[in-house]
Amino acid sequence: MSSYPPPGDARPADVDDDVLAQIALSRDEYERACDMLGRAPSDVELGMIGALWSEHCGYKHSRPLFHHFPTEDERILTNLGEENAGAIDIGDGWVAVMKIESHNHPSAIEPYEGAATGVGGIVRDIFAMGAQPIALLDSLRFGPLEDRRNRRLCTGVVAGIGGYGNCLGIPTVGGELVVGESYSGNPLVNAMCLGIAQRGALISATAGPPGTQLMIVGADTGRDGLHGATFASVELDEASAERRPAVQVGNPFLEKSLMDACVGLVREHRDWLEGLQDCGAAGITSSTVEMAERAGAGIRIQTQHVPRRESGMTPYEVMLSESQERMIAAVKPGHVADVRAWFERWDLHAEVIGEVTSDGIARVFDGGAEVAAAPVSVMTGPPSYTPDAERDPDAVGRANWDPASLPDLDPADASDALLQLLASPNIASKRWVYRQYDHMVGTNTVVTPGSDAAVLRIRGLKQGLALCTDGPGRAVELDPYAGAARAVAEAARNVACTGARPVAVTDCLNFANPERPAIYYQLSESIRGMADACRAFRTPVVSGNASLYNESEDGPVTPTPVVGMLGIISDVTEAVRMAFQDEGDEIWLLGAGLEQDAATLGAGEYLSLLHGKEAGPITVDLEREAALVDALVEAAEAGLLKSAHDCSDGGLAVAVCESAIAGGKGAIINAEIAGRIDAALFGEAGGRAVVSIAPDLAESLAALAAEQGVQAARIGHVAGERLQVGPLNVPLAEASEAWTSALPRLLDS
Amino acid sequence: MRFAVLVFPGTWSDWDCVYALEDLGETAERVWHRETSLDEYDGVILPGGFSYGDHLRCGAIARFSPVMSALERFAATGKPVFGSCNGFQILCEAGLLPGILQRNASMQFRCQPQQLSVERVDSGFTNACESGQIVQLPVSHGEGQYFAPPQVLDELEDAGRVLFRYHAENPNGSLRDIAGILNPAGNVLGMMPHPERASDALLGGTDGNFIWRSIIEHWG
Repeated sequence: MSSYPPPGDARPADVDDDVLAQIALSRDEYERACDMLGRAPSDVELGMIGALWSEHCGYKHSRPLFHHFPTEDERILTNLGEENAGAIDIGDGWVAVMKIESHNHPSAIEPYEGAATGVGGIVRDIFAMGAQPIALLDSLRFGPLEDRRNRRLCTGVVAGIGGYGNCLGIPTVGGELVVGESYSGNPLVNAMCLGIAQRGALISATAGPPGTQLMIVGADTGRDGLHGATFASVELDEASAERRPAVQVGNPFLEKSLMDACVGLVREHRDWLEGLQDCGAAGITSSTVEMAERAGAGIRIQTQHVPRRESGMTPYEVMLSESQERMIAAVKPGHVADVRAWFERWDLHAEVIGEVTSDGIARVFDGGAEVAAAPVSVMTGPPSYTPDAERDPDAVGRANWDPASLPDLDPADASDALLQLLASPNIASKRWVYRQYDHMVGTNTVVTPGSDAAVLRIRGLKQGLALCTDGPGRAVELDPYAGAARAVAEAARNVACTGARPVAVTDCLNFANPERPAIYYQLSESIRGMADACRAFRTPVVSGNASLYNESEDGPVTPTPVVGMLGIISDVTEAVRMAFQDEGDEIWLLGAGLEQDAATLGAGEYLSLLHGKEAGPITVDLEREAALVDALVEAAEAGLLKSAHDCSDGGLAVAVCESAIAGGKGAIINAEIAGRIDAALFGEAGGRAVVSIAPDLAESLAALAAEQGVQAARIGHVAGERLQVGPLNVPLAEASEAWTSALPRLLDS
Repeated sequence: MRFAVLVFPGTWSDWDCVYALEDLGETAERVWHRETSLDEYDGVILPGGFSYGDHLRCGAIARFSPVMSALERFAATGKPVFGSCNGFQILCEAGLLPGILQRNASMQFRCQPQQLSVERVDSGFTNACESGQIVQLPVSHGEGQYFAPPQVLDELEDAGRVLFRYHAENPNGSLRDIAGILNPAGNVLGMMPHPERASDALLGGTDGNFIWRSIIEHWG
């Protein structure tokens, strides 16, 4: 017979600092837990509370800021944070489900397995809702690739993403790879997954009413990944390599079977289930306790019923293991045998490990001994913090620096500057990366990686989905509000370039230690900036993840909020690509004129690469950005566009060049540049896109742009085998070689 | 025709193959690896994927699935058996085709469009092609480097059993650029590239249909 509260011998002062450090709980937090319980927690309780109160699970510093985000409109079917992922109505009875998540710390220590299990985790979040995962994207940040250690991380992460994702049969259709000094030793690995399901067929991550049976399905439980959630919530240091046991090892084959079985189960026999949840960070602890919280119920778990792959595991280890490829199914009492038989088809075993109770207590048993009995509300009630925020004076100084103080680019050096930019890893072709990913399986990838956004068809539907990720860290560092707003704007623009209307956002907030005022300022202002931008584009935030404490001994990472954007294209057969198509087509710049102010060079690739400066003012004009998005979508829907490409990293010259390379056609941009050459060619003013159009449709485009209040300028035409932009004049083949060979040269060495 | 598309744990091109065949008006059914008879089908497809996670060796475990003895009997009847990617690996492991598929020479996974030369147009799998035709089909594999002893390679070439070779670029280091081979009777084809991924103009190509149409023409 269980009793509550169980005897707790330890008094608050009796717990060693070492024990608290291991679970990253502060002494204040420990005392708070004691106060809430009215006694000291048992070992198992303390471990569970530590995991659930970690930043990774408890969002202590970020949750108080989430209220800024717009989260609702008529398409959005889930409440932010309440389910494993966000669901969006895409019409005709179908819904899209999406989420992005980080796996930064594990990837820093063990790049292959860290990245692989990051993919595994995000995929489980999607099929936990009963949706069929159909696309993955990966947003990656590494230190300079000239450094052997960073190369090892990059090649390992890419191999890990491929090794896991390829085996699942889910195409990896897009993402980013950005290089920056601050990511040395602390790479960012964010994985995004999109799934689809029929409306009404989704399942919740709830535990259901008392009596519901909790079954664990999939992998046996081992000691791998112990304290993973805690590990994700502290800075990396010299001793981090010793945390390698906190990195899990993935088995994608098991995940594939688990995915097929779970998606099939929800589709065919949803009535057997109350809920479905994946075992992610903090393993059985977080999955079962959070399910109970959603149901307003309690749970009892019998650890001896959990299938194990190692002997001698303690209840503490069983409850906190982060072994991969496990799911918790909340099964109606009469269907336990049915569920067991269902999984047997895939050679998977499903075992009852507990049940839902009515007393609101999370109880854990080791045979007859009750080793934990704490209210669910305590376990899911971490403190929340709103630390002091103060803008870093150094960032202010750099943001106030005026690029006009630099001499303009000598026209004779323009071609060389372009070739250098094209060979920068941040601009160069990412084919080295995406050809290691199966991006075609499922035969739905209409626009493949390397374009502004990937486009997927849904068999049987006229509309299609466009997806991309964006996270311009450098701009965020200089001005968190404007920089983060830019991230949303760029993502919206990328999606719109395919002809899709942006509809929803998932975000991954990668920041350093928020307990420091400068970092908390970055975090809070970034969230405000993203939130305002999401309102401007009418793209609610449906899901996301916060990854804080991204620091190594060399310092904090550049603040990097990554935006995953979903767009809907009304006719997928009309998707617009970035490649120039036909000689003689006119090239237009939408959203701005050719002339640009020196200030637009701020935080740009040109300044960084050719002047070694990461500085300058960051601006964003959300109204203008939104008008451009509308114009792009309408022009695409009217069938006006032969190509469209976002004008961002490396500016106009790079955008034109990329469209030219993709199409194998040269371009002549003959509009005269009267002002600064560097800004016109390489400035990174937002709100611009380069489009090409048949000459007889140009007037229609001009009229459409005028109606939207979007500036539109005819700047040249598609022609020949050279690239001419003002003083810049290079053979297309040479540009193409610089652009395509850069990453292989860096990474295959 | 009525096709069986075999599904092993870890197979992932099964639906893609079903759709490609259905789009051509044929019937295609996914058949779980525990089935023991294929008698009611006119053709069998072994799709791509990672059967059993490629544990041990690609295809090494799948060859012991119950459906494989049925497949051997089926192949002996002369009806068409087509394996792509992991399907090719399984056919080699099962001994229905000679040789093995090793890790790509680059030691990296490769997913890209790939040009192939069609070496013969009088086979049951290529009769819809023109002599000397180059087709473009995607490859997507980490272990597609075809290897066999020199005398086996000579035999394959002498008997006209090399049906496809990589053209312009060899993505995996396959000996003699071999991309696809036939069994001696000419009714079993294994190849690394994916025709089902080039069967829809929306996705950028329809060259895969040459193979499906040839099969339907020859055996339908």
